Amino acid sequence: MKSFTYERAQDIRQAVTSVAARPDARFISGGTNLLDLMKLEIEQPKHLVDISRLPLDQIDETPDGGLRVGAQVRNSDLAVDRRVRSRYPLLSQALLAGASGQLRNKATTGGNLLQRTRCYYFYDRNMPCNKREPGSGCSALQGFNRMHAVLGGSEACIAVHPSDMAVAMTALDARVETLAPDGRSRAIPIGELHRLPGTTPQVETSLQRGEMITAVILPPPPSGRQIYRKVRDRASYAFALVSVAGIVDAAGGRVRSVRVAMGGVAPKPWRSPEAEGVLTGEAATDRTFTAAAEAALQGALGHDHNAFKIALAKRTLRHTLADAAQG
Amino acid sequence: MTTDTPTTNVIGRPIDRVDGPLKVTGRATYAYEYAEGGKAAYGYILGAAITKGRIVAIDSSEAERSPGVLLVMTHRNAPPQADFGPPVTPAVPEVFTRARPVLAGDRVRYYDEPVAFVVAESFEAARAAAGLVRIRYKREDAPFDLRAGVENAYRPARANAGIPTDTAVGEFESAFAAAPVKLDASLTTPFEHHTPMEPHATLAVWSGDQLTLYTSAQTLANIQAGVANTLRIPPDRVRVVSRFIGGGFGSKLIAHPDAIFASLAARALNRPVKVALTRQQMFANAGHRATMLQRVRLGAGSDGRLAAIAHEVWSATARSEEFAEQTVAFTRSLYAAPNRITRHRLFPIDTHRGEWMRAPGEAPGMLASECAMDELAEKLDLDPIELRIRNEPDQDPERKVPFSTRNLVACMQEGAKRFGWEHRPAKPASRREGRTLIGYGMAAAIRGNYLGPSAARVSIDAKGQVTAQLDMTDIGTGTYTILTQIAAESLGVPMSRVRIELGDSRFPRTAGSGGSWGATSSGWALRNACDALKQKIADAVRASGTGSADDLASTVARIAPNGLSAEGTVTRGSEYQDYSQHGFGAHFAEVGVDCDTGEIRLRRMLGVFAAGRILNAKTARSQMIGGMVWGVGAALMEEGVMDPRFGHFVNHDLAEYHVAVNRDVPNVDAVFLDEHDDKANPFGAKGIGELGICGAAPAVANAVYNATGIRVRQFPITLDKLLPDLPVVSV
Ligand SMILES: Cc1cc2nc3c(=O)[nH]c(=O)nc-3n(C[C@H](O)[C@H](O)[C@H](O)COP(=O)(O)OP(=O)(O)OC[C@H]3O[C@@H](n4cnc5c(N)ncnc54)[C@H](O)[C@@H]3O)c2cc1C
Ligand code: SF4
Repeated sequence: MKSFTYERAQDIRQAVTSVAARPDARFISGGTNLLDLMKLEIEQPKHLVDISRLPLDQIDETPDGGLRVGAQVRNSDLAVDRRVRSRYPLLSQALLAGASGQLRNKATTGGNLLQRTRCYYFYDRNMPCNKREPGSGCSALQGFNRMHAVLGGSEACIAVHPSDMAVAMTALDARVETLAPDGRSRAIPIGELHRLPGTTPQVETSLQRGEMITAVILPPPPSGRQIYRKVRDRASYAFALVSVAGIVDAAGGRVRSVRVAMGGVAPKPWRSPEAEGVLTGEAATDRTFTAAAEAALQGALGHDHNAFKIALAKRTLRHTLADAAQG
Repeated sequence: MTTDTPTTNVIGRPIDRVDGPLKVTGRATYAYEYAEGGKAAYGYILGAAITKGRIVAIDSSEAERSPGVLLVMTHRNAPPQADFGPPVTPAVPEVFTRARPVLAGDRVRYYDEPVAFVVAESFEAARAAAGLVRIRYKREDAPFDLRAGVENAYRPARANAGIPTDTAVGEFESAFAAAPVKLDASLTTPFEHHTPMEPHATLAVWSGDQLTLYTSAQTLANIQAGVANTLRIPPDRVRVVSRFIGGGFGSKLIAHPDAIFASLAARALNRPVKVALTRQQMFANAGHRATMLQRVRLGAGSDGRLAAIAHEVWSATARSEEFAEQTVAFTRSLYAAPNRITRHRLFPIDTHRGEWMRAPGEAPGMLASECAMDELAEKLDLDPIELRIRNEPDQDPERKVPFSTRNLVACMQEGAKRFGWEHRPAKPASRREGRTLIGYGMAAAIRGNYLGPSAARVSIDAKGQVTAQLDMTDIGTGTYTILTQIAAESLGVPMSRVRIELGDSRFPRTAGSGGSWGATSSGWALRNACDALKQKIADAVRASGTGSADDLASTVARIAPNGLSAEGTVTRGSEYQDYSQHGFGAHFAEVGVDCDTGEIRLRRMLGVFAAGRILNAKTARSQMIGGMVWGVGAALMEEGVMDPRFGHFVNHDLAEYHVAVNRDVPNVDAVFLDEHDDKANPFGAKGIGELGICGAAPAVANAVYNATGIRVRQFPITLDKLLPDLPVVSV
């Protein structure tokens, strides 16, 4: 039997020390991703540090009018929080578009950010996969890659990051607060949390071993209307083919400010400064939104089964941004 | 409605499931939950990592030393079993009962075929040890390509259930060539998987040379025979118990590796052994519907009357065991036309055998025929219902015998009225609400009615308690409930005095659950048993010379203090030759298609069915809705994706193999027309379960066409197939 030891963390620092001490140790929060991976023997930790009962389940106001979301806040609770719904409606929409009610009741803010890809080949130990077994090859590149990335992938890996929540947080310029084994706390801009695969797809984040996510800081909401639009194969309980988080302030028919992020298209939540650049200061017209969508997908690379995502992302962007601009 | 209701006119009422409380309180015991025979050991199956080839080396020593391991089985030490035999069995029924040996040699015939089996003190220990079995393979080429397959297809000797492979009436080619309006349409359907909620699972317990299997099965006699034949023991040494089943959809009609492995290991270890397939293993090892290409040619006059119909299919089949789904057989009975052909062709690939899945034949076949009728209606500028009415036959168009009952037209007309068919957008892609394109679609439904030889035993004790026993199963359809109703009404006792015992091969043999024949076959046998029991009581009363008392209990108490019992049987009569027997229906669907993303969402759906007398209005409606929901899945999302490089099903779990979830089926209703089929059985009932899916998928597909003007011929219809032709609408 693949046995492992289990420790229920009483204290944040102790938890970090425990995981840092052993290369084969992992944090476990809701377990909705980690346990699945363990059952399939894709992750085989020898020691689990359960951090789900740590006092990190609060959503607090920050002095500047933002929110500090504890890493153990459940996806369900975050989605229905009144402050989130009024100030960050796209975050609430993104959370509710993810997984199922039961899963959201278990899933945590920290765990959601660090959930791993749903690439079919990553999940099947008989299949070559550079992320699971570095150097073994990427089965998806020449295989069935309908769900895979059109932006940001590499010859080594074209897996997408599956989180909806993280896409919304990316549009909101969230910062990820962590505690490192050396006792230092830092705040990582969410765009720097996940890494592109390059030649090392097994390295997925910029966290050190044992570094724990303690909170996500949401700055005060930007002006404008927020929309999270998730496109999927069935009405519920399916990962995004493409998703768009858009925040547009277009008072008076001109785009004053805009945020654009996409999910389902890249190995990480994908912010598009290109689209934002095209839009900012321009008239809020179909032409501008179309141009922004083109800019966002500039350089996108389709594979045998996922090339449709390029057109799909453009169409979804165009309409979502126009919708958000309606104010 | 509960069981404390009256004793007459019980059949047909919307009685709640009698087994419902057990299920919702978790007290219904499923196969893997049994704890009979002492502490069980747990088995784990290791599947092949190649599609085709040979095992050249296998080293299980490390697995054997792994903690908790009791046994490691490979082809080198597997107990002797009967040979598998040829791809096609000599006789049709042997398909169900043939030996299905495991680890029978060094050959690998399909990806994930069992190559080793580990038994340990816990499931986790067995699974971990299985990961330590080292295998070296010699790979062989296993090409998979639908188009190439079609070119090299062969003609099977028979289709499923012995149905003829080909038929021809009149002169199709010349009639088609001469027809003023022609349609020639081809489409493909993907691999589909049964995905019952409960996996295939077995607990095997030996007591001396007697084997008991607690398993999840639709038809106990098949499992009993299949295991007995594999182990080369007499069938009466095998007892099969399957009281509650978490769905089967045709994947639990024959013995699977769980049952064989559990039996072999329990004997070797002299200890109960439990084995379940994992969800992932079910995709390769527990049946599927094969991918196929269909071609439909319709030749009509300008009045819409069909002069020629051709329906052909080319289906994949396992190289090791043939399965020819009867995809085009229903076309022989559906529409009138003097000139017609139907053909089944197969091409072998390296997969596990296909199995009987959710209305084998009609489910994929009607996608082709009913979408083609929709296309033809448009060409003729006729309403799709009107086109079908004009081609309504007055007798079975190929067999030339009368239909026992046929109310397809009434179903279409009633459905049109209830659904508001007159509001259908007259032109495709002509209605938009906000950013949503709206479309309506309809399709006909037909499904053959069958009867399988069945027997039942019923007894009554001096307290008036009635117990009926049959080896029938309730796979979630409501069998316990309708048999309760039938016994109560037949004997004139309240339902609360009736206890139905199913799912034990020691009980009289029935046809089991499959082919929608379970309710009528076992119900009729039970009714005959009840009639025989009443006769026995009457005879005993007469012999005692005392006359009968008011109520049955006191009569029995007086004349037979130890109670009485009787058996009843039923076999197929000449009605099946003299009449063409089918259930009919019409499906109506409204879909919305997002004009930006191409996402297709069902908005509402209605099925109207005429399938003889309905035995329980509530459970029957639930079944039809269930079938329709599967139809939505088949039209829009179900697809087992095979990676031709590896021969494996890539999306082998329920996160990635999509079936319709609640939000996909917001508003689905089913209604039955009053009907009584006096040729079918004494109830006037027909099989219904599968009828719900027949025609459901094409109704949805036709609605997608009506919404978008785009005809997708590669199922399922996913948004990526609409996008290239979906016009950009200004924002
Ligand atoms: C069938 C299914 C469908 C799903 N559909 C969707 C969907 O549509 N959209 C979507 O966004 N998600 C979806 N999910 C994923 C779900 O959102 C994640 O599984 C969940 O958010 C993970 O959270 P958790 O707390 O359970 O993480 P865990 O499983 O506990 O942990 C995940 C990983 O994060 C690490 N970790 C956890 N907490 C911390 C922390 N505080 N600091 C550092 N490391 C940590 C763990 O070590 C582990 O490696 C789906 C999941 C399933 C099973
Ligand atoms: S895309 Fe990435 S995760 Fe998927 S098989 Fe390739 S390397 Fe592995």
